[in-house]
Amino acid sequence: MTPVLHVEDLKKHYPVKSGFLRRTTGTVFAVDGVSFSIAPGETLGLVGESGCGKSTVARTVMRLVEPTSGKIMVEGTDIARLPKAALRPFRREMQMVFQDPFSSLNPRMSAGDIVREPLLVHNVATGREADDRVAALFAQVGLRPAQMGNFPHQFSGGQRQRISIARALALNPRLIVADEPVSALDVSIQAQVINLLMDLQRDQGLAYLFIAHDLAVVEHISHKVAVMYLGRIVEYADKASLYRTPQHPYTEALLSAVPVPDPKLKRRKRLLEGDVPSPMRPPPGCAFHTRCPYAEARCKVEAPVLRELAPGHVAACHLR
Amino acid sequence: MIADPILEVTGLRTVFFTSAGLVRAVEDVSFTLRRGEVLAVVGESGCGKSITALSLMRLVPSPPGRIVAGSVRLEGRDLLAISEPEMRAVRGNLMSMIFQEPMTSLNPVLTIGEQIAEAVRLHRDVTKAQAWERAVEMLRRVRIPEPAQRAKEYPHQLSGGMRQRAMIAIALACDPKVLIADEPTTALDVTIQAQILDLVLQLQQESGTSVLLITHDLGVVAETAQRVVVMYAGRKIEEASVEDLFERPMHPYTHGLMRSIPHLAALSGAVAERLQEIPGMVPALSNLPSGCAFAARCGHADAACTAGVPPLVERRPDHFVACWHAGALS
Repeated sequence: MTPVLHVEDLKKHYPVKSGFLRRTTGTVFAVDGVSFSIAPGETLGLVGESGCGKSTVARTVMRLVEPTSGKIMVEGTDIARLPKAALRPFRREMQMVFQDPFSSLNPRMSAGDIVREPLLVHNVATGREADDRVAALFAQVGLRPAQMGNFPHQFSGGQRQRISIARALALNPRLIVADEPVSALDVSIQAQVINLLMDLQRDQGLAYLFIAHDLAVVEHISHKVAVMYLGRIVEYADKASLYRTPQHPYTEALLSAVPVPDPKLKRRKRLLEGDVPSPMRPPPGCAFHTRCPYAEARCKVEAPVLRELAPGHVAACHLR
Repeated sequence: MIADPILEVTGLRTVFFTSAGLVRAVEDVSFTLRRGEVLAVVGESGCGKSITALSLMRLVPSPPGRIVAGSVRLEGRDLLAISEPEMRAVRGNLMSMIFQEPMTSLNPVLTIGEQIAEAVRLHRDVTKAQAWERAVEMLRRVRIPEPAQRAKEYPHQLSGGMRQRAMIAIALACDPKVLIADEPTTALDVTIQAQILDLVLQLQQESGTSVLLITHDLGVVAETAQRVVVMYAGRKIEEASVEDLFERPMHPYTHGLMRSIPHLAALSGAVAERLQEIPGMVPALSNLPSGCAFAARCGHADAACTAGVPPLVERRPDHFVACWHAGALS
């Protein structure tokens, strides 16, 4: 089956300018060669710590920021270099849900108008037809159509995220890019939104690029998972394979660091030393070697490439 | 009687006078922190856990807030009854607090060494040089590499994890008896969170400080606390030892919370099931329903639940719960 989205060697480098003349004095390697595919109806979870580039991947794939290089294939067409006008039909295929439901909705528009806007922009429906479609979308995400006239501030965080999801669904996309969609929500509300996303996938065959830092949430919702560190994917596998037999020492450490809500489970934690290095000066060789408990001499000089260690399970580590 | 209490909170009630009306942020909350233990206060946003912490430190912004009832006894002395100058001698000395966001609670124009030394000089009769020495020693104790160098750096030069270590160094500089940690790791990445929690537990064991940990994360609770207080809509609704609470949660809200979070299936061996939702949302504190505040979201609610607020009852040894139906549910 053709993937909904296929990304190849995607890079996004930001110049760092400083001083009076705004000279370029360095480069932030936010995304540095990322490749993955998402099949129809599938969820790819993208995890990593702040600054690893996972949100930049989302924004670059959506062409909200321009990629430095690489391919973004949507239904066989590379959209990485398409001009704005030619890009429009592809925008209908991919929609985005953001982390903060407070800043991603226009406070001066009613909830109904927010959901209606994509229909108008893409000339899909107008007038009564659009009203009916918006009402149907409201019902679909668990909001009452009677709330269409309310403004964002009249909704709770969880409800606002439902509005964002309704807006994303308006054009019947095949893929939704969700950047930390539940991390701003309270625990009891998180479950409601996660269940909604999973129900929509089951009913409509949606594919998700699901970006999050919470490994338990990602495990719950994803089919495949990619782990990023300093702009690169360091491990990529089926969910079960990645969580049961993590191959990269970073994945291992991430899983070990997750606090588990079970006091009887006394695990020996494998704590990582130090902080994530700056993406402006990624360490030479394997970027993780400065924190890796197993690092050897060659890790400091030679960058590991992604290798298939088990069927469908790739990792970038010299030692595996 | 609870063995060896260090901090006893009784009938605490904190309200805010707002344009939307009277907000009962903390309503009749009582608990006891024992010497050398880690007690977690857990709940969602708006449950009153942070206002409880601020009330203990008498840092509730006033106006609009006011502590209207209750007592907070630190080794027997009621902190709500003493004068503000006396309270200033308590804060940062006998009882310290660390906050969620270290960047906003550190002073950006002072080096971290100066900020630790300031805390020491405020409460101890020491020279500038001695206070500086103590600052460097504290940075070493919170495992900051090259502490003598780092003491001369400003907050913006440190990473998020290092800043939180610096905050902990300030809080512990005067060897407080009680440390209140309000979501100390929420702003941090998971690998850094693990480092900081590990550090807090090590320091707690070294110094015997009692810790009140405010958090929304049940995973953090399970891994660090000995006892847990669960709050909902300003009230304490359950209290138990951490083992008991996770094994036999008695309040429908606690039970619902535990079923609503995804667990790492690979670790627990559990099969990924559909998450159990808690329907609806937390009620507004300015407009609480009569009776049990959770009734509208609870599958077991009946007429009794909307008629009156359930009292906190000891249903099993050391396990308290405020639910009319807790007996039937367990």
